[in-house]
Amino acid sequence: MTFSILIPYPTIPCLTHFRPVALPLVVAVNGRRKEVREERKINSMLATRALRLLGSRALPASVCVRGGHGVAKVEDYALPAYFDRRENPLPDIRFVANLSPEQKSLKEKEKGPWASLSNDEKIALYRISFNQSFAEMNKGTQEWKSVVAGMLFFIGVTGFVVLWQRKFVYGDVPHTLSAEYKEQELQRMLDMRINPVEGFSAHWDYENKQWKK
Amino acid sequence: MFRAAVRLSVSGVRSLTRSRPQYAAPLAARCYSHGKQETDEEFDARWVSYFSKPDIDAWELRKGMNTLIGYDLVPEPKILEAALRACRRLNDLGSAIRILEAVKDKAGPHKEIYPYLIQELRPTLNELGISTPEELGIDKA
Repeated sequence: MTFSILIPYPTIPCLTHFRPVALPLVVAVNGRRKEVREERKINSMLATRALRLLGSRALPASVCVRGGHGVAKVEDYALPAYFDRRENPLPDIRFVANLSPEQKSLKEKEKGPWASLSNDEKIALYRISFNQSFAEMNKGTQEWKSVVAGMLFFIGVTGFVVLWQRKFVYGDVPHTLSAEYKEQELQRMLDMRINPVEGFSAHWDYENKQWKK
Repeated sequence: MFRAAVRLSVSGVRSLTRSRPQYAAPLAARCYSHGKQETDEEFDARWVSYFSKPDIDAWELRKGMNTLIGYDLVPEPKILEAALRACRRLNDLGSAIRILEAVKDKAGPHKEIYPYLIQELRPTLNELGISTPEELGIDKA
């Protein structure tokens, strides 16, 4: 009689990306030792040898055996994480890891016909496995309003700064921009017949001393 | 009549009754200069048999669904039926509801696809006792 033992994979974090496998075990049957045929390959040969030594005991989640050098603490970020994403509808782990007694009994009830579950129970089962529904995760925030408000606010502050600068920082403009200087400039340009064909002086009516209509 | 899964990236999908689109499923030959291209029926059959494995495990279900959602198509009702039955074998109602939400989201702006899928899946949903997200009220945020 041969057995194959499946390692309960959720309890071995360093194997969580691997498929559940059957490890070769030496089994004593009727006083004789028989090799069990290996059914599937496993990635890490070190873990295979180490786990072979440990047999079929479930390892605690914080232990990852590394080839005889001792144990390394598995960091949180290295474990499978839960996240709500449109493109990954079924995450690696359930959202609620530690079930309360009611949740555990609900999970037992889930093994029976689902038609016997009430709508609330179905929602509760959904919420055990998942945090946000698709509608909730796609909802979008009101953050854009704060962003636009902040933008307009700072543009306004900039406006105040510009006005203050004009009053208190900048000196006087050159005298050549005064009104009477500009009149003299205009008269000079007309006297010189600047652009008389199609441009400036062409629009001045020299007979009536006014702009052409 | 609706043989092909809807290809969403082809613009102008106005009705569901498209004949076979011009390019094959992504998993088959990506370079179209050689190699046999997989037909829609082969694609569907492959996925139906994937989910129909009697001793499918939770990892395989998740992997299959996440991969399928990654494709540029909405899965055929028969693939979804096989996936929902796999959820039943695994005693996972949450995942079954999640699958329905995911395909509705996958249809995007084509609002007529999801009601069609539910209509086709209605016998299976009734048989297995799966409620749709709308019936449970979790389709609204």
